Amino acid sequence: METIQNKAEGPVSDELTLVRAAKQGDDSAFEELVRRYDRNVFRIAQHITQNREDAEDVVQEAFLKAYSNLAKFQEQSKFYTWLVRIAVNEALMKLRRKKPERTVSLDEDIKTEDDSLPREIADWSPNPEQQYTQAELREILSKTIQGLPPGFRTVFVLRDVEGLSTEETAAALELSVPAVKSRLLRARLQLRERLGRFFQKRESGDGNQ
Amino acid sequence: MKCSEFLHELTNYLDGVIDQQTKVELENHLSWCHNCYVVCDTTKKTIEIYRDSQLYELPEDLRTRLRSAIMTKCQQYKKRGPESV
Repeated sequence: METIQNKAEGPVSDELTLVRAAKQGDDSAFEELVRRYDRNVFRIAQHITQNREDAEDVVQEAFLKAYSNLAKFQEQSKFYTWLVRIAVNEALMKLRRKKPERTVSLDEDIKTEDDSLPREIADWSPNPEQQYTQAELREILSKTIQGLPPGFRTVFVLRDVEGLSTEETAAALELSVPAVKSRLLRARLQLRERLGRFFQKRESGDGNQ
Repeated sequence: MKCSEFLHELTNYLDGVIDQQTKVELENHLSWCHNCYVVCDTTKKTIEIYRDSQLYELPEDLRTRLRSAIMTKCQQYKKRGPESV
């Protein structure tokens, strides 16, 4: 399988030049960093919060926090990974405020048994996404990922949607690499199982008259 | 390789970070175990569908508005410190 491309654009060295200029007080350099990563941060925030207004707030708060803490950024990781960590924390805080009855953390809902094979294994139609309009498909994907615990969907969005490496995801979430892998497997399998409801081959009436 | 072992290696296999020996064993397993073949194939499709979905794209007008709000707040912070934002 092809290596998944990182959706964040631009060479790292160029990123560091912008970060250093921003640290020296060059706001246009910081604005360029906003321009470069705002779409990624918004996507991550909306995946976690599942709410557009909250995602907009997270984008603003994450960039402002990055701006005000720029002097503390040690340049030992990529700026983008550091920014993602800030954004994920802001997004999880939003969730906690909305659901105070349930503690929302990256460690929750990890108690499922290891290595249990999914029970219902029905194959999907070829190109199943083409059975739906773009709007219908987005609705299905959004509803499906909403059903996942926040800790699972956070790992999934960073790793599989944004294309961060396992190590970068672990650094951004302050988790170990095995913990990221374990959550990623469960997230992928749960999404697969849930999407199956929409994408499974029909038993009959599928073409042959 | 047993089905549980296949599942344990699935993420490494899909991410292309699996050693050659395990890869051969896994692909051999997939050649006769239809259930695991389907799980592997549909999990791969799940990832691709999400990756290509353009779910939660930031509309250009909202993007401009957010960027402008961010930069205004940053400038307030710079002038008046943390209390201002």
